[in-house]
Amino acid sequence: MESSNTDMPWLDRDNNKPFVEIRGLTKKFGDVTAVDNVDLEIYRGELFCLLGGSGCGKSTLLRMLAGFEFPESGSIIIEGTDMSSVPAYERPTNMMFQSYALFPHMSVEKNIAFGLQQDGMNKSEIADRVHEILKLVELQDFKKRKPQQLSGGQRQRVALARSLVKEPKLLLLDEPLAALDKKLRKQTQFELANIQEQVGVTFIVVTHDQEEAMTLSTRMAVMDAGRFKQIGTPTEIYEFPESRMVADFIGSANFIEGRVKEDGADHVLVETDMGEVYIDHGHAVVSGSKIWVAIRPEKISISKTPPAKAGPNQIQGIVDDIGYLGDTSIYKVLLENGQIVDVTSPNHIRPISRKHAITWEDKVYLNWAPSSAMLLNS
Amino acid sequence: MHGSRSRFLTIMISLGMAFFYIPMILLVIYSFNYSKLVPVWGGWSTRWYKVLFESADVWNAVSLSLKIAFVNATFATILGTLSALAMVRFGRFKGRTLFGGMLVAPLVMPEIITGLSLLVLFISMQQLFGWPSERGFTTITIAHITFSLAYVAVTVQARLTGMGEDLEEAAADLGAKPFKVLTAITLPRLTPALASGWLLAFTLSLDDLVIASFVTGPGANTLPILIFSRIRLGLRPDINALATMIILTVAVCVALAALIMYRQHKRDLLDQQMAKRGDS
Amino acid sequence: MTSVPDNMPNDKQVSIGKRLSRMAQSNWRAIIVFIPYVWLLLFFLLPFFIVAKISLAELQISSPPFSDMIEWTDSGIMTIRLVFDNYLYIISDNLYFDTYVNSLKISVTSTILCLLFGYPIAYGIVRSGPTVKPLLLFAIILPFWTSFLLRVYAWMGLLSDQGTINNLLIRLGIIDDPIRMLYTEFAVYVGIVYTYMPFMILPLYANMEKLDISLNEAAADLGSRPTNTFFKVTLPLTIPGIIAGSLLVFIPATGEYVIPDLLGGGNVQMIGRVLYNEFARNTDWPVAASVAIVLLFLLVLPIIVFQYYQGKASERS
Repeated sequence: MESSNTDMPWLDRDNNKPFVEIRGLTKKFGDVTAVDNVDLEIYRGELFCLLGGSGCGKSTLLRMLAGFEFPESGSIIIEGTDMSSVPAYERPTNMMFQSYALFPHMSVEKNIAFGLQQDGMNKSEIADRVHEILKLVELQDFKKRKPQQLSGGQRQRVALARSLVKEPKLLLLDEPLAALDKKLRKQTQFELANIQEQVGVTFIVVTHDQEEAMTLSTRMAVMDAGRFKQIGTPTEIYEFPESRMVADFIGSANFIEGRVKEDGADHVLVETDMGEVYIDHGHAVVSGSKIWVAIRPEKISISKTPPAKAGPNQIQGIVDDIGYLGDTSIYKVLLENGQIVDVTSPNHIRPISRKHAITWEDKVYLNWAPSSAMLLNS
Repeated sequence: MHGSRSRFLTIMISLGMAFFYIPMILLVIYSFNYSKLVPVWGGWSTRWYKVLFESADVWNAVSLSLKIAFVNATFATILGTLSALAMVRFGRFKGRTLFGGMLVAPLVMPEIITGLSLLVLFISMQQLFGWPSERGFTTITIAHITFSLAYVAVTVQARLTGMGEDLEEAAADLGAKPFKVLTAITLPRLTPALASGWLLAFTLSLDDLVIASFVTGPGANTLPILIFSRIRLGLRPDINALATMIILTVAVCVALAALIMYRQHKRDLLDQQMAKRGDS
Repeated sequence: MTSVPDNMPNDKQVSIGKRLSRMAQSNWRAIIVFIPYVWLLLFFLLPFFIVAKISLAELQISSPPFSDMIEWTDSGIMTIRLVFDNYLYIISDNLYFDTYVNSLKISVTSTILCLLFGYPIAYGIVRSGPTVKPLLLFAIILPFWTSFLLRVYAWMGLLSDQGTINNLLIRLGIIDDPIRMLYTEFAVYVGIVYTYMPFMILPLYANMEKLDISLNEAAADLGSRPTNTFFKVTLPLTIPGIIAGSLLVFIPATGEYVIPDLLGGGNVQMIGRVLYNEFARNTDWPVAASVAIVLLFLLVLPIIVFQYYQGKASERS
């Protein structure tokens, strides 16, 4: 690839053509609009995650890409070819199903060979390709087994192998890890990303698990009610959420309502009923308007000693509840105005002595860096 | 998997439905034919219904059939439920394989063999013990129970397997003795299956011709035996009238059942709505 | 916690009362099994042995009309007589042999017809929308609740020489003289397919309903066209349903008596009809019993296959 910015092609649209283009895509089921006039561009080699709660339309979008559902309006263009009305069996995409959809009457080998046989490939070539892909997913010893004789993790790898073996232009993965237990899921997340890097195929992954989306994706889209709420890298989405919905859906956040007091080129000052919030970068806001501020619990530091000097980004309260999670603790701090603010704090020190530890009913002081608070548009 | 029916499948379904129902509809229409020759239309009339209602033979046969069906359904439900409990909930016991085999075999055994073998049994028993002294109500009922109980057992077994044992285990955990668990938890939950098993046994008995023909004795004519003896010789308009009456009865019963099921369904929906509101 | 309090019961410490109730408990379970078990042994299994015994006896002019298997000679010696003549007679007599072959021909053909028509109907019902599906299923089950005999009778009215079909064809000018349909083999096929079709559709439906639609989607996704998907994925996965449905049609159709009698008249020989006539009209019980035993042997294998699949299906659910 001779593009100038291979890591983040979406930043350099002049030199990079999108690989998958979705334009004004709409799908209705009866009165319900599952996907509502959606636009999206995905670049070659991306691992793109569609993230959202159940019923947000992410699966419908994926199924339209695969060719199982056909849109009311809009188009799907893959590498310059309009695919909107091409049936599933003629598309250059392959899908890995949430249920894996392995053929129960075929062995692992036959399952994987099925797609190649449809292309009329000769037998020895099929055998070679199947062997190769089985090596990639480390299942050579299981090729004669039926799907029912495999563990959940093994089935997952067969499903992945079967969808990859045809070397599709685009691989669609519907909740690829949802059926695995938590520990295996975490491990497999990295494996999946590694395999994607090795084969270089563009992946689109649908998931409801934000951690999975953050770990896997180059970019992700947060979906709600058939629309994209925000598209960006995991860092962008987490650190610069545009809306309350996104800030709340990805991670957790404390929301504070306030009024814009100062709107500078390099800072914003918001007045709230628990004190002033200073933000050290510019933001497109209107002075005097009402606005929501979000602060992530881990960005707030908590202390029993009062700050040296008064200023913005400082509040005080009383510890109402503590959740001890081992690596971190969650403090629920009750402010004077009755609001409860969540603060997470890593447990650097083993709490052998209770003397310095923060405990219930303690008076505590909270503060955060000027870069930490996030302004939300809605 | 819905709404994705191809045109070919739709055509096959339509043809199938026409094939199933047109003969029945014609049967009903011709029962109102004045003509004595069934296929020759002689104008609308209800005269064959009058003939039917005035026939003592028909009434006797109906009453015998209903009596047999009722006793059969009740006994078959009891025995079939016991069998299903034994098969599903008692784990392994001696002779389970043979028992399971005998439970399924009547479902597929040709009636002619069942009928013949039961007749020779009754005759042998009569010679050895003098019972049953004559064949009729008792022998037909015993024969019907024997094959109906298999149908009940299958129905109840399916329900028992589907139910799982959680509630039984919960009851046992709360201190209920096994027999109490059976009467307080298992049987009440089986009620729908018991009802459909009973109805199935009832209709199977009403419908049976071959087995009843073997094990009946002189003078004991069930309704199918009576119908068969008449239609062997050809079409008879009074049988069309009888068929219409039977179809009508079935239709009314089915409509009632559907109504009850619809009410239940509506109640379930209401329950679900209430449950949903409880969450928010 | 250093030690577990020793209140766990063990065999020696259980009081007599508890032991009694435990025995009662195992006994009521025994009773539950015992009643239907004895019923089936007595009224289902035993009769077959009696039939087998009679099939090995000789015809006698007496009541019942067969010889005893066990005879006591004057000197008090027991002799057992087994007569295989009846079986030899059935095998050597062309009438019986041909009838068996004809029965099998008719039941196999009807089963195939039921499968050919029933399969797309079952598949169509599975593929129907959520409101239509229960209605269609209901329409398939409904005929079960009406009389079998009258469903056969309905076809007598359709197929007879002055029947509805002939009337219609003559009125449309397609034919001048009625086609003989009633009392032919054709009528028997129609009757069997008509009455046994639901037995084919319902197991097929139950089987297809369990299939995961995503398997079809996966096949399409891997480049398989709908027809190919049907033969490579759907059909192989519905084989259990095909076997169950086919046996449910084949087994009773082979021994069918009513349909050949009413729709075939005297022109179609099926073994059920021969058996009944042998028994009721000729009162030759030993031969009738032998005919029944041979029929049973013909059907034993299919019945065992059916039970095997039935058992596997109930294990899975």
